[in-house]
Amino acid sequence: MIRLVDVHKRFGENVVLDGVDFDVQRGETVSLLGPSGVGKSVLLKHINGLIHPDWGEVFVDGQQVPLLPRKELQQLRTKIGYVFQFGALFDSMSVFDNIKLGITDPECAGDDHYCRMRVQECIDLVNLSPMTAGKYPADLSGGMKKRVGIARAIAGKPTYLLYDEPTSGLDPVNADIIDALIQKLQGELGVTSVVVSHDVRGSFRVGNRIALLTDGKIRKVGTADELRDSEDQAVRQFLERDFGSAVVG
Amino acid sequence: MTEERWRLSQAYRIPLEGVEKLDLRRYAGRMFLLGATHVGRIAYMVFEIFRGLGEWRIWLPRTWEQAYQVGVGSLFIVFLTAGFAGGVTSLQAGYQFTGTIPVYFAAGVITQSLILELGPVLTGLILAGRVGARYAAELGTMRVTEQIDALESLGRSTVSHLIIPRVLAGTLMLPVLVIFADAIGILSGWMAARHTLDISNYDFVYGARYFFRPYDLWYSMVKALFFGVAVTLVPCYMGMNTGKGAEGVGKATTAAVVSSSVLILAIDAILSELLL
Repeated sequence: MIRLVDVHKRFGENVVLDGVDFDVQRGETVSLLGPSGVGKSVLLKHINGLIHPDWGEVFVDGQQVPLLPRKELQQLRTKIGYVFQFGALFDSMSVFDNIKLGITDPECAGDDHYCRMRVQECIDLVNLSPMTAGKYPADLSGGMKKRVGIARAIAGKPTYLLYDEPTSGLDPVNADIIDALIQKLQGELGVTSVVVSHDVRGSFRVGNRIALLTDGKIRKVGTADELRDSEDQAVRQFLERDFGSAVVG
Repeated sequence: MTEERWRLSQAYRIPLEGVEKLDLRRYAGRMFLLGATHVGRIAYMVFEIFRGLGEWRIWLPRTWEQAYQVGVGSLFIVFLTAGFAGGVTSLQAGYQFTGTIPVYFAAGVITQSLILELGPVLTGLILAGRVGARYAAELGTMRVTEQIDALESLGRSTVSHLIIPRVLAGTLMLPVLVIFADAIGILSGWMAARHTLDISNYDFVYGARYFFRPYDLWYSMVKALFFGVAVTLVPCYMGMNTGKGAEGVGKATTAAVVSSSVLILAIDAILSELLL
């Protein structure tokens, strides 16, 4: 379970998170919506300790992430797969090596046969051709990079998956493929996921619950229907941009 | 709003209305705090490096890769620089050593200049440009493309994967390169001296050995070791703390080369005072 309590974060004069309360139950997928630059990725990075809050508490599996010593934090991170916005693949490594790096258990990582099998399994899961394994990130399209990023994130069999804008910059067809992939992984692996996005349609499709982050706070959390029925003006305005007034109304 | 006010406001990151209040004390205080912050962060990075040394299975293979790139990759430019340095020192010695000074003195000046100063310092400065810039740009790009975050998110230590191999490789390879630089510099100086000073091989060897002390070589190696730390640690720090975007990487790279070059000259002065 993931829980953020009264999290505040500012960068210089810029207040990004201003008292965020947010929780994700075991096995569910929560889509975190919000306009660009509102702090969705910052919130996500609090969950695996890449960013520490100025104030407030962040719990994962009951452990207070900002207070964890280095070793414990590294241990916790092996349970959290993180899919970066632009893939964040290591340029100097092949796709195979990138995905292999995601195998975080030291015993498994040292077993070449296991690594080959696991990398192949992950490549299959994200619907990539086996030939992709030998390629380098520079040879891949944007959509393929995202899928390799997902493969790397799931290689270590994580309990949690955090997706940072998994469909941004992709054409609608590729975005749908990634959304379907998130749903497929949710179904097959049963992981707890947080999907950060500003794509309302995709978020409604993949999320069991949807949270809207605006002005440094979680404005509304609920199911897709609850958000559609919300009377909150800010929620309606945000949804109208993607769905149009007919769908919201 | 004058251009000067706007420039000061941008330079010291203070609101425009505060520019009038800008004075030397504020500037000095800000610079001191900035300097102290950098020193503190670098000290913490050094502490992390020592702590990460236990993870040798991670850093050892990567150190070999880096050492090969730093060592073999820099050989040509180091040979070239040392060759020119030795030749020019010899030519200038030929210009100065005329008249009553015994000609074998020039051999001593050439070899001592190369071993004590030119070999280590020029190699250090060349590596500050070649290796330092590469490290800062590499790590800076990794930072802005979130590759460093990705490594951390996989529960991996960035220090063991990225910093220790680079710092160790540079620190170990620089003394080796300095040995080559000294040798090539002396050889080219010798060749040039034979033409400009009309010195015999016997006189050159006599002069070189007359002024030589084994301690000089140790001094050269100690300097190289310190320079090795300077040209790797500072660029790694700059790269890891890169600002956003391509501009941030550019700034970090420039800062890395300038800082490590200045540091080399400062270390050179301090070690000359302490060890000679």
